Amino acid sequence: MDLRYLLDRPTAAERAAVDEVLGPPPSGWDGGEFTHLDGHVAHGGHEARARRHLLLPALHAVQDAVGSVSKGALGYISERLTVPPAEAYGVATFYALIDTRPRPATLLHVCDDIVCSRYGADELKQSIAAELGPSGGDESGVGWLPSPCLGQCDRAPAVMTHRAGVGYHNIAPAQPAMLSDLQVDELPAGPIHQDRSTLTLLRRIGVVDPGSLDAYRANGGYEGLTRAITLGPRGVIEAMDISGLRGRGGAAFPIGLKWRGVADADGEDKYIIANGDESEPGTFKDRILMEGDPFAIVEAMTIAGFATGATKGFVYVRGEYPVAERRLTEAVSQATQAGLLGSDVAGAGFVFDIEIRRGAGAYICGEETALFASIEGLRGEPRQKPPFPTEHGVFGKPTSVNNIETLVAALAVLDGGAEQFAAIGTERSTGPKLFCISGDVARPGLYEVPFGTTLRDLMDLAGGVRQGKAVGAVLVGGAAGSFVDPDTLDMELTFEGAAEARTGLGSGAVIVFDETTDFGSVLRRIAQFFRDESCGQCVPCRIGTVRQEEALARLAAGRPLGAVAEEMQRLDDLARVMADASICGLGQTAASAVQSAIRLGLMAGAAQ
Amino acid sequence: MTMLEEPITIVSARVDGADVELPAGSTVLEACREAGADLPTLCYGPTMTAANACRVCMVEVEGSRTLVPSCSRKLDEGMEIWTGSERAVHSRRLVMELLASASELDRAGPDLERWMGEARARPGRFGPPEPATPRVPPDPGHHHPPNTFAASVAEPPKIEDELYVRDYSRCILCYRCVDACGVEHQNTFAIAVAGRGFDARISTEFDVTLPESACVYCGNCIAVCPTGALAGRIEWDMRGQGTWDESSQEVTRTVCSYCGVGCNLDLHVQEGRIVSVTSPHDHDVTLGNLCIKGRFGWMYVDSGRGV
Repeated sequence: MDLRYLLDRPTAAERAAVDEVLGPPPSGWDGGEFTHLDGHVAHGGHEARARRHLLLPALHAVQDAVGSVSKGALGYISERLTVPPAEAYGVATFYALIDTRPRPATLLHVCDDIVCSRYGADELKQSIAAELGPSGGDESGVGWLPSPCLGQCDRAPAVMTHRAGVGYHNIAPAQPAMLSDLQVDELPAGPIHQDRSTLTLLRRIGVVDPGSLDAYRANGGYEGLTRAITLGPRGVIEAMDISGLRGRGGAAFPIGLKWRGVADADGEDKYIIANGDESEPGTFKDRILMEGDPFAIVEAMTIAGFATGATKGFVYVRGEYPVAERRLTEAVSQATQAGLLGSDVAGAGFVFDIEIRRGAGAYICGEETALFASIEGLRGEPRQKPPFPTEHGVFGKPTSVNNIETLVAALAVLDGGAEQFAAIGTERSTGPKLFCISGDVARPGLYEVPFGTTLRDLMDLAGGVRQGKAVGAVLVGGAAGSFVDPDTLDMELTFEGAAEARTGLGSGAVIVFDETTDFGSVLRRIAQFFRDESCGQCVPCRIGTVRQEEALARLAAGRPLGAVAEEMQRLDDLARVMADASICGLGQTAASAVQSAIRLGLMAGAAQ
Repeated sequence: MTMLEEPITIVSARVDGADVELPAGSTVLEACREAGADLPTLCYGPTMTAANACRVCMVEVEGSRTLVPSCSRKLDEGMEIWTGSERAVHSRRLVMELLASASELDRAGPDLERWMGEARARPGRFGPPEPATPRVPPDPGHHHPPNTFAASVAEPPKIEDELYVRDYSRCILCYRCVDACGVEHQNTFAIAVAGRGFDARISTEFDVTLPESACVYCGNCIAVCPTGALAGRIEWDMRGQGTWDESSQEVTRTVCSYCGVGCNLDLHVQEGRIVSVTSPHDHDVTLGNLCIKGRFGWMYVDSGRGV
């Protein structure tokens, strides 16, 4: 391609960061020094373009090293990968964790989402602003930005720090005093409040060293793969069918059906993707699994590869989960060294490799087709389905995208047997399930219960409503879910029970709000979340999420446009068009929490 | 030996209760139009792969949980399609209301005006639109809190040279200019979508001006823009002065004299003066595309110095 590149040159540090990912430039045509040979031979072309999928890792490398991506750095990456600079800029400006304007060397991302707000996030922001100046500023070499949910809701309020050249760290719970000394250690994955010996999915969390393959193997690790190899690929898929295991990411698609779809799809190149881009407000289960039991994810993906014939796996880890990324990277490296990944996995004669990819601050990239685009080096925009990923997934190849918890549950199917798994829970919702309880409960955290447990029992496990208050409402399924009122606490937590209660289990987030809650402000924060996280591709979501937030703001201010009933009609119209006509699940669920709150009469000022 | 063409398979479906038959590979939109339905489209262009972004052509398909974009969904055997169902009509009206509440659409042509009229779209119901302000660099995820206006994409027009105006207050982010500049037609890649959500916009790298960018001034983005956000400078100036009058323009088809490709040119002449040059979208050489010479290389005609 005859592309025109930027004339700005990268600094030595930027160049080194990019070369760390892409290797040194092979010729003068790729941004290296021109030699006399370059006048006779041109490299690049298709070979360089085939590496477009390294665009986001290269942008990350520069952002990590210097704190932002300058014209010179973007230009150099464009040249190295033969990506038009305008497109590279389009990709860079899609992600909240990539900055295309100078930023201070230290940046604090301060969560002010619906859970952290109940734990003093606003006061935290105020004290940070008092010390560092307004958000986005750079008065002291340290800047801060408000952030959507950081997935630390079990220890709110949360802050994520980025120090150029050092790395990302989570601080939770965060207090203003801690922010003056940022030398923080890695947080442990837990705490888990339940007795581990009674648990299946969480049994190794906090008990077994997540950094040691030997410790993993001494605690039941890789027994599942051994069984899978005995069963054979078809046998594994049949076991998944018998287990009744359905996906835990929100869509509840049967895993056996998905794996069979990929196994039966035409073509040699097939992929397994572990979706660890958990970004649903109130959700942190996948973080705890990735941080606390990374080998389980590696093993489960290997089994998925064996069952489907896929030879390559990606773990797409949320950019805000630095510990999970480090642990998984280490786990992949140890498994590879032990021959449990590579060209002859466990001596069983099949090929499987895993690559870790890091998200960069975009909720939408948890949507599977947006995730493909993100891996491929494009903007993380979803596409219309069909075609479905089992036929046409990442790089256009058959792909199974599985949520992290689903993969760990698949391992449990092989460990304990499919029949035993199916015996847990109800007929249509089988197995153990993780729920992230946060908000106004005494012991927020991750809890493993059999499907069919009631919401009330789950809340009791978490110690009930904190400070002896009564329940106002519970948001089930995160920002994309629906509120249920105190009369519905006896609902069974199953896919079918949730549907009956006009909600969905979604990602397994359960956020409890006590009776004193100002639901108007909670709804505005949810509306803000969808507005900020919409990819902007389709009209119902791009503009609908903005109009929804505007209407809620007017209602909160007591200044409706026309009568209150007109505002409610507008909100209803917006909810319908977003649900009916958006491309993906983000827009389709962007009004769900708001509409449920209106139905339950939670919104003061909305009385007609 | 005679060469046999691939046999054409016929797919049958029903649109609003009427049977239609089309060749396999046809879209739902083609089926609807075959059945006589006047479905609106904005991001869809006949010479381009459907971008599937504006969602104005949505129809109800039996068995589908959500509405279906007719422009990009392939027709399946036995599909039962409803273009006039309450859901489909509601969705179309809302999409047009939302678009017109955020972007200036008075140059989007008579079709849209008719569709909006038929749908009884009232874009004003979302409040007074925000006046034009210069747009800050895209800051994905950064929140712009609502004010008393309905947020809009209004910004001052970008006039950086004698040939183009980019008046992004009229942009609906249909991706057609990006696709035309990129793989669909020109392969120049001067522009892309940057930013995210409502903050997304069409941009060069780091928003550099067009003369500084990779732009080659072929004008093929102008040729596919459905809303007048991209316009030739002369047209834009005349519209601003109120002197642009398409009904009085005479269109003369000729062949470009610059090279041997043989692109058809349509000279749009108003009061004896060429005011713009286009190429027909159905021309099998150009598909509506030209290069800088064909589209803009006629200024000498008006130089007053003779040929």
